[in-house]
Amino acid sequence: MRSFAYHQPNAIPEAVSLLAEQPESRPLAGGMTLIPTLKQRLAAPAALVDLAGLPDIKGCSNGNAVVTIGAMTTHAEVASSPLVKSQIPALAALASVIGDPAVRDRGTIGGSVANNDPAADYPAGVLGLGATIVTSAREIAAENFFFGLFETALKPNEIITAIRFPVPLSAGYAKFKAPASRYAVVGVFVAKTATGVRVAVTGAGSGVFRVPQMERALAEAFDPTAIAAIKIDAEGLTSDIHADAGYRAHLVTVMAKRAVATALGAA
Amino acid sequence: MQISFTLNAKPVTLDVEPATLVTELLREHLNLTGTHIGCDTSQCGACVVHLDGLAVKSCTLLAPALQGKSLVTIEGLQGAPGSNQLHPMQEAFRQHHGLQCGFCTPGMVMSAIALAHAKAALTEAEVRRGLEGNICRCTGYQNIVLAVMAGTAAMHGAGSGE
Ligand SMILES: Cc1cc2nc3c(=O)[nH]c(=O)nc-3n(C[C@H](O)[C@H](O)[C@H](O)COP(=O)(O)OP(=O)(O)OC[C@H]3O[C@@H](n4cnc5c(N)ncnc54)[C@H](O)[C@@H]3O)c2cc1C
Ligand code: FES
Ligand code: FES
Repeated sequence: MRSFAYHQPNAIPEAVSLLAEQPESRPLAGGMTLIPTLKQRLAAPAALVDLAGLPDIKGCSNGNAVVTIGAMTTHAEVASSPLVKSQIPALAALASVIGDPAVRDRGTIGGSVANNDPAADYPAGVLGLGATIVTSAREIAAENFFFGLFETALKPNEIITAIRFPVPLSAGYAKFKAPASRYAVVGVFVAKTATGVRVAVTGAGSGVFRVPQMERALAEAFDPTAIAAIKIDAEGLTSDIHADAGYRAHLVTVMAKRAVATALGAA
Repeated sequence: MQISFTLNAKPVTLDVEPATLVTELLREHLNLTGTHIGCDTSQCGACVVHLDGLAVKSCTLLAPALQGKSLVTIEGLQGAPGSNQLHPMQEAFRQHHGLQCGFCTPGMVMSAIALAHAKAALTEAEVRRGLEGNICRCTGYQNIVLAVMAGTAAMHGAGSGE
């Protein structure tokens, strides 16, 4: 690991100006992605701005049928939050299957969403629930946030402070995990809301995406059988040591059916 | 930079480079070599320690994160306070032959104790899921699972801790 300067600001504007002053600096959250990257020298930032000391960006709250989760809330905290478990149980369930217990004790929702790993779990929940990403500068709809393969709408000196999730009527998440890392080979988040159904897929391609065909079928009949015959085009999906594109395409339908079944069970 | 924290119940203050991993700090600077390093990818769990009671991977933790916190390593475990006895979880690993080469054991024991603190009665399935982040290349896990279940029962029965 190369050496770097370390800052622990205790106000958001201070964190933003530290990032702006030093273009080669990076925010540090749980470090579960960033620290392995530093260790392997895939990144060598001149400075780290640790977000751990910032007030008000940790914890879960609700109001007006929206659950707000602070960016520095860990996966373990979301998984065990009585509020999230009662309002959006599928989101608590998603957090509970990220990595392993030690990863969940440190890794954060803000870090996961900012990182936008194509196989990460949270992007499916964020897009599937139609969440809003709140940053130090603005609010960004999930639709306009994820650009595929580790790319997002975030500017270099912009910090995610919270994610706002509208509470759905019901929702479910199912993932086929890679056995060693537990990242998603394919993960599907399905949400039934007052205005329709949303289906978001992670792991299958270069970034999280929706499946309009399934959304239409589920809006007519919210049941696993409604999408059983829908086949996803393998063209453009990922092929790697875990699965080829054809198998991933098949898994999208299987996981979507399981997610719907879970949503029905939890409704 | 200077950091102050509690290490195995004793206060310490140190000068560290910010780019120091806690594994490196423990093993190279403090001679506490019980915490092992088994991988470069944050996946094996040989390095698990307790930070304010939570099981975390010390290979994926920077020294500055220790500021003001309490860190417990495998060396900090004991049975009755002040005694030379093994912690009940360590004793259970011994009784149930929960190790072969022992490389994974410090991390296994630290993860197991965190699991046992979170829940008094653990099912076999909960133990297996709770140890997903700890890899063992020797035992095949059977005896580790037995040890963790027995150790959990002993911790809650005998009422002793770290
Ligand atoms: C063994 C292992 C298994 C894992 N398994 C899974 C899995 O199954 N599913 C899954 O989804 N993930 C998995 N992860 C990743 C884990 O969820 C990470 O916690 C997450 O991707 C990054 O969150 P972090 O808080 O650790 O962020 P960090 O590593 O600290 O940061 C990641 C990136 O985001 C930036 N960043 C962090 N916070 C913010 C913020 N608030 N605003 C702007 N930018 C920010 C950082 O600068 C950095 O570029 C795994 C990780 C490990 C080590
Ligand atoms: S050394 Fe392998 S997880 Fe820390
Ligand atoms: S006892 Fe050898 S790795 Fe677990």
